[in-house]
Amino acid sequence: MALPLTYNIRSLVVRWKVTLLAIFGIGCVVTVFVVLLAMLAGFRLALRSTGSPDNAIAVQRGSGSELTSFFSGEAADIIAADARVARAAGDGAPLVSREIVIIANLPRRVDGAPTNVTIRGVSPLAFQVRRGLRIVKGRTFKPGLNEVIVGQRIGERVRGLDIGARLSVQKRDWEVVGHFQADGSSFESEIWGDLDVMAPAFQRTGGQNSMTVRLADPATLKAFDETVQADPRFQIRLVQEQQYYEDQAGPVAGSLLALAGFVALVMGTGAIFGAMNTMYAIVAARTREIGTLRALGFSRLSILTAFVVESLFLGLAGGVLGCLLSFAANGYTTATGQTSSFSELAFAFKITPANVTAGILFALAMGFLGGLLPAWRAARLMITSALREA
Amino acid sequence: MAIVDIEGVRKVYHRDSQEITVLDGINLRVPEGEFVALMGPSGSGKTTLLNLIAGIDRPTSGRVMVAGTDLSLLSEGALASWRSHNVGFIFQFYNLIPVLTAVENVELPLLLVRMSKAQRRERALTALRVVGLADRALHYPRQLSGGQEQRVAIARAIVTDPKVLVADEPTGDLDARSAQEILELMETLNKQFRKTIVMVTHDPRAAERAHVQRHLDKGVLTA
Repeated sequence: MALPLTYNIRSLVVRWKVTLLAIFGIGCVVTVFVVLLAMLAGFRLALRSTGSPDNAIAVQRGSGSELTSFFSGEAADIIAADARVARAAGDGAPLVSREIVIIANLPRRVDGAPTNVTIRGVSPLAFQVRRGLRIVKGRTFKPGLNEVIVGQRIGERVRGLDIGARLSVQKRDWEVVGHFQADGSSFESEIWGDLDVMAPAFQRTGGQNSMTVRLADPATLKAFDETVQADPRFQIRLVQEQQYYEDQAGPVAGSLLALAGFVALVMGTGAIFGAMNTMYAIVAARTREIGTLRALGFSRLSILTAFVVESLFLGLAGGVLGCLLSFAANGYTTATGQTSSFSELAFAFKITPANVTAGILFALAMGFLGGLLPAWRAARLMITSALREA
Repeated sequence: MAIVDIEGVRKVYHRDSQEITVLDGINLRVPEGEFVALMGPSGSGKTTLLNLIAGIDRPTSGRVMVAGTDLSLLSEGALASWRSHNVGFIFQFYNLIPVLTAVENVELPLLLVRMSKAQRRERALTALRVVGLADRALHYPRQLSGGQEQRVAIARAIVTDPKVLVADEPTGDLDARSAQEILELMETLNKQFRKTIVMVTHDPRAAERAHVQRHLDKGVLTA
């Protein structure tokens, strides 16, 4: 039978200084690990929440992003005329938004260093096609005017994007008339204006980079895409909008995940040795105790289990501490400039239940690995030698 | 009937290339209910012999039969289980677990026996009553005197009602008065509860309490 848990817990409490040091060491590692995961989760969320499940985006086949996609207005007209496209309630116009995307080099608010910002020219129906967009300050742009609205996150990070400011891009001035939110999606890292004004200003007449389409029935997307791809008049594919933006995370998400893994590996290894050192010290200090327990009849397995459990307690406590500390970074906003569109994407660190679970499991793994060898040593002690220890 | 029957036991340790013979051809029979004192100078092999009887060490050769079991035939796990049912330990330095209360210390061996928590607590308290420490049940070892700690250790030794009690210098760390009390308690356990006791001691006054005194010198029983 196993030793009672009170034995383990009280043993840790009695040696509280050593215990706290080990917990703090594991806690620090878990904090870094969870914060890195939160960064990854925030980044993914920003892209995943971009777009609507009812929408599809039409882009040129073979293009990696909207920037490298371009197709003619005639092609867009043919797709928009399809019966599978939803219609506006009043005039029955197809719910599509033809869009152009350009990258502008603007100064960062914090240090003035240049950063790439996506500017998107959208159709008047863009706000109906895309749900969840709302003006939080000022008003939306008026069609036909050199006016833009700015996503809230990029407005906070880039200079000269306050309401009333004039933004100079491609030798033209654009007045900032409003700030908008888009449920934390990547659209909040963009500047939007009227397509019909922007297209000639940015030499993008005769077509668009992409067209977002509201589907009457999202289940028809596959068949619709097959129809579009089979049409020999153009080279276009239709992709579910959320999926399209999530896929844009590919290389960056992979890099962040690799970074989290690498940091976790390096720091985790250190923490495992720290926990191991602590547990070896605990075993050494309790050698006679172990000898006594073995003499009383407790098996080697009982001793091994007792010390592994004790180490798991250390890990668990460190994990809880680390997760609590990591919440200080929750909601912190940062940006990456390495998305597929090469523009800055602002996102908030997001600590999710999955991150916390991963942090706790990581801490338990550190506790387990750190405790295993010392516990093994404790279990293998010769009873007669252990009883002679002071 | 002998509860301890040792035949031709040798115990040899190896240190580097050196061979050290600690016990050399020991033959010892201890009848049930006997109180035996093992005496001898340091390094004579008394504690080693006690450890063999207690089943926490194995002989190099020879046979150790205790309570009808040939200990050399038992696996490591079976030997641990055998100890929990047949032997009670009394150590010189009491060896109580410092983070457990007196009653929790006494309960420890009962964790290896199938019984309910309530039964366990009741038996541990009974054992503490036998040694006169029921009122200290919830005290931690650091809150007890040396003599009281040793009495708790004795309660732990008898709580599973083992056939044999092994005591290694049970009064070695105690003042004269406490030592007297402990020896009286051991005599009571021997006379009233018919416990077989094998005790290692340097102290002639302690040895006088035993029925039989056996002397070891250089690994050989001399008397």
